Amino acid sequence: MTRKQRRLTLIAAAGCVLAIALGLVLYAMNDTIVFFNSPADIQAKSVQPGTRIRLGGLVKEGSVQRGADQQITFEVMDAQAAIRVNYKGLLPDLFREGQGVIAEGVLESPTAFRADSVLAKHDENYMPREVADALKKQGHWQGEANAAPKTQ
Amino acid sequence: MVVEAGHFALALALGLSLIQFVVPLWGARANDPVLMTVAPAGALAVFACIAFAFLALTFAYLNSDFSVLNVYQNSHSAKPLIYKISGVWGNHEGSMLLWVLILALFGAVVAASRNSIPMRLQANTLAVQAAVTIAFLLFILTTSNPFTRVIPAPVEGQDLNPLLQDLGLAIHPPLLYIGYVGFSISFAFACAALIDGRIDAVWARIVRPWTLGAWAFLTLGIAMGSYWAYYELGWGGWWFWDPVENASLMPWLAGTALVHSTVVMEKRDALKVWTILLAILTFSLSLLGTFLVRSGVLTSVHSFAVDPERGTFILGILILFIGGSLALFAWRAPMLKQGGLFAPVSREGALVVNNLFLATACATVFIGTLYPLALEVLAGEKISVGAPFFNFTFLPLIVPLLLLIPLGQTLAWKRGNFLGTAQRLFAVFGISLLATMVLFAFTYGGPVAAPLGIGLGVYLVLGSLNEIVTRSWSMGTPLPVAWRKARGLPRSAWGTSIAHAGVGLTVIGIAATAWGVEALGTLKIGERLKGGDYEVRLERIIPRVEANYREDAAVLTVFSSGREIGTLETMKRLYVTRGMPTTEAGILTTGLGQVYASLGEVQADGSVGIRLYHKPLVLLIWIGALVMAAGGALSLTDRRLRIGAPARAKVAPPSAVPAE
Repeated sequence: MTRKQRRLTLIAAAGCVLAIALGLVLYAMNDTIVFFNSPADIQAKSVQPGTRIRLGGLVKEGSVQRGADQQITFEVMDAQAAIRVNYKGLLPDLFREGQGVIAEGVLESPTAFRADSVLAKHDENYMPREVADALKKQGHWQGEANAAPKTQ
Repeated sequence: MVVEAGHFALALALGLSLIQFVVPLWGARANDPVLMTVAPAGALAVFACIAFAFLALTFAYLNSDFSVLNVYQNSHSAKPLIYKISGVWGNHEGSMLLWVLILALFGAVVAASRNSIPMRLQANTLAVQAAVTIAFLLFILTTSNPFTRVIPAPVEGQDLNPLLQDLGLAIHPPLLYIGYVGFSISFAFACAALIDGRIDAVWARIVRPWTLGAWAFLTLGIAMGSYWAYYELGWGGWWFWDPVENASLMPWLAGTALVHSTVVMEKRDALKVWTILLAILTFSLSLLGTFLVRSGVLTSVHSFAVDPERGTFILGILILFIGGSLALFAWRAPMLKQGGLFAPVSREGALVVNNLFLATACATVFIGTLYPLALEVLAGEKISVGAPFFNFTFLPLIVPLLLLIPLGQTLAWKRGNFLGTAQRLFAVFGISLLATMVLFAFTYGGPVAAPLGIGLGVYLVLGSLNEIVTRSWSMGTPLPVAWRKARGLPRSAWGTSIAHAGVGLTVIGIAATAWGVEALGTLKIGERLKGGDYEVRLERIIPRVEANYREDAAVLTVFSSGREIGTLETMKRLYVTRGMPTTEAGILTTGLGQVYASLGEVQADGSVGIRLYHKPLVLLIWIGALVMAAGGALSLTDRRLRIGAPARAKVAPPSAVPAE
């Protein structure tokens, strides 16, 4: 092989791998990305049932019901709407009524959601950022009142 | 008093770093050896100052000196001693201090190895290293001072985040930081080469051990973090494609590529410009990781800081160093003498393919990690890019690379013969194919991914060891002779084989997760929960009160196919000071697999939710990583690194230190 051919082989190989990678990324971007929505967003954007989303908001006080076999339902709400969430499994340690939560799963109907994972905040003064932003947008954010002396 | 002295030492380190930055750079330009020797002296002094500051903070933690804000916020007098020490870096300020401590440590080690590094290169390298130190010291002193006092001093501290009260905190961050920060040396060497405008095989020989050492530590750090998350979070997963994990994976992928490209540069004096660029990119990704984790743009247990000022500062450092080094690269790289090209089918050709795949895989992780952040800033849309994205993009790029590992390792330098190489691996192909088919037949109806993945892992392990076997043994050679021959092989050859075998072990461990079973149930005392062949019985629930938490521990007896094999305990803890609950998973190791149980809340009627997993061969995931790091460490003790190229009498220490 001449020098030029060798160089071309290298460039062609690199081009192929990069093209394949780009194709995979673009395809995956369409298919695997999950959007974050608050209950109000679901109404406003009229998200179609069957869509996989991340639902974030506050767990409504008094809405948590435990059924048989670790079947749990609770409502996730924001200022404008509430959605009933069905989940089977162990809830995270920091799951609390009246606190922020993010559930990932499939929207079954405009008011019902089946979650396959539930995430709660990581420590006592941390609200999931997405939830905090969504609440701020709606003017229902009281600030991190208990977080004031603690910067961690 | 000690605390103020620590603060002062940190400020002094900043001043000394400025000298370490300016004077040697000037000296290298003017070719003045006196000015250049300021570099090693400065580096040692900076290290001494920062080490003192770090010890001062540790002292404050050990004495539970709550007049220091940082100690007040993150410690508690009832906290066990080990967490008082590891708690020093279990917070934003302390972890940044650990960061610069390791940075300065690496500078000091480069300074101490003056006999093996040409003077100009050392002076320039330490100057670049000092520039990084200056930036991070400024960051600490202006936005994240760990020595701030509170007056009046509180009586009791607020305790450390319970998730961090674990042995993992004592191990994971130091290992990870040594890896992250260790790449700063490769970066500094690359910038020094660009400043000097000269680069050759000697440069590669000097840089390689540093890169390899940093890489081995990063491997251990990531593996340790993964195991910690696995047992601490109670979700049973070992890798979540969380942005924080990706932040450490990206430098690892780039660093892996760098370790391989420096081999080409050292042996064949080629791929020079690419290696320099890769060294810059690897450390840039380390900085990016620090930014992502420490700035608070991501929310996780790692992001302590929510102060926007800090995020902006780190972003500034990021832009300065990445932009600056890439500008330097764009300006100086065309002046570097290009290395030769080579045949596509050869060892060096295979290493280029390795770099191509690793760099591309790294790029997909980069896109998946940063795209959500970019989209949020630009469009205000919040998305989550999770495991499905990465499995879809990362795996198709990594699997071909894995398939090529044994081939590349077997190919000869300069001009390889593809068919000849394939022939040497004939037995390996056969055995792995057979293993795959046997596994497939035995687990017929189960997931297909497991036998395929395990076959791939077996192929990798055998293919790596095949290299040692074929180089020392041929049909008819008596075994003692072959053993002597094998022992005579360069340690770097052994290191390569062992590290690649480690990759194979990890692949087997990952593939076997497909056979894992999971069960969920509500149990009362005496009731059983079955998952696959395994079963647990809830024996009792024991309430306990410890120094800084109280817990309910569920004791489970584990049965395998009806036979009792042991007990495990899973706990629900409440850390009193922070009022924060945590779950401690219960794990019973059986061979290389584990039975893993985590506990839900105790209900009013005394029943508890239990999630049960059986994970066959799961330990291989981390054992593989340990083996990879061991391979890297073994390679560091190779004769040519111990002896060194310049004919000085002393043994070159740079290889010895990162190997520890």
